Amino acid sequence: MTSLLIYTLRIADSSLILAQRMAEWCAKGPELEEDIALSNISLDMFGQANGFYEYASQLDGSKSADDLAFLRNEREFLNHQVVEIENGHFGKTIVRNFLHDAFKFLFFTKLSESKDETLAALSAKSLKEVKYHLRHSTNWLIRLGDGTEESNAKVQESLEQIWQFTAELFEMDEIDTELLNLGIAVDNKALKTQWDKTVNSTLKKAKLKRPEDGYMATGGKKGMHTEYLGFLLAEMQFLQRAYPNAKW
Amino acid sequence: MQNGEINKIWELLNTVPDPEIPVISVVELGVIRNVTFTDNCYVISITPTYSGCPAVKAFQDDIKVCLKENKITNFKLKIVYSPAWTTKWMSTETKEKLRKYGIAPPSDTVICPQCNSEKTTLISDFGATACKALYKCSDCLEPFEFFKCI
Repeated sequence: MTSLLIYTLRIADSSLILAQRMAEWCAKGPELEEDIALSNISLDMFGQANGFYEYASQLDGSKSADDLAFLRNEREFLNHQVVEIENGHFGKTIVRNFLHDAFKFLFFTKLSESKDETLAALSAKSLKEVKYHLRHSTNWLIRLGDGTEESNAKVQESLEQIWQFTAELFEMDEIDTELLNLGIAVDNKALKTQWDKTVNSTLKKAKLKRPEDGYMATGGKKGMHTEYLGFLLAEMQFLQRAYPNAKW
Repeated sequence: MQNGEINKIWELLNTVPDPEIPVISVVELGVIRNVTFTDNCYVISITPTYSGCPAVKAFQDDIKVCLKENKITNFKLKIVYSPAWTTKWMSTETKEKLRKYGIAPPSDTVICPQCNSEKTTLISDFGATACKALYKCSDCLEPFEFFKCI
């Protein structure tokens, strides 16, 4: 696999896995408007994933976008670990999405200036949608954090649980560096300062405490995952595995 | 000759309604970016409204049916992502059609399509389709949909 293909798959995989997580909320939202919102966000992410998979499929030359989504195994998925974390309660979903949305907003802003025209175009498109997602998760985080004693305690606990998965977002490996030098990839490390600002100001408004960096998880981009991903794939890929080539 | 033919294609496309908002056509929605004629084939460039909007697949099928019914078979649909679709491409006439249909058109001020009041409140950034948000009018109290500016 070329570096560009791996880079594209990492973006596609993160979008797809989080889309699938959000789809799990469909018909289970805490209220009707929120059910619609969570499902809409899921749909945006599936669409974004599809765009990046179509490009990956062109780069690959033999696998279709569907093959890439439905016929790869756990260790072949290159998404950030944070997106595979279980939904838990609504507040936990909001915390996970907020931390990830704040990163994705900065990431797509930069990637839309990439020298790779397709990555740039797909990012510019995705960015418009991510702005809404970030606004949604930010507003809810503030509402829950600055809500009741119970809601504050619940999201604070989720924040402590998920924090360890945020460091991976800013890692640079040899593929990132190679493509950064070609003007294609984003300098993830350079996004950290702005991400810290966004996160700190939102946590302050939400009356939440920023967790200390302790053990920080890593490995998603290399195919190492938490125990949650396998279960998610088993459900998502079931149909294509049980009935190969089934068409909708 | 060729220009005339291309105009004919545009006219036909203008008869294909948006699957979710049938009062406007796919041309008025702004998703048809270009029609060209190369190597004896019409190439119709389409841009999606939202990445995951199911209507994009639906109107591609509708376009194929429409052209085939009009005996045009030498065409290809091409998806383009850049420049990204924006509601700025919508004309004043199109916005008026939306308003009459009960959807507040994209604009900096969200105006109630029923009573024209500017006193409106956001209920949710997300509505029944990806392109719309839910609002409520504080004067006539009617809930309504707003076509989001992107």
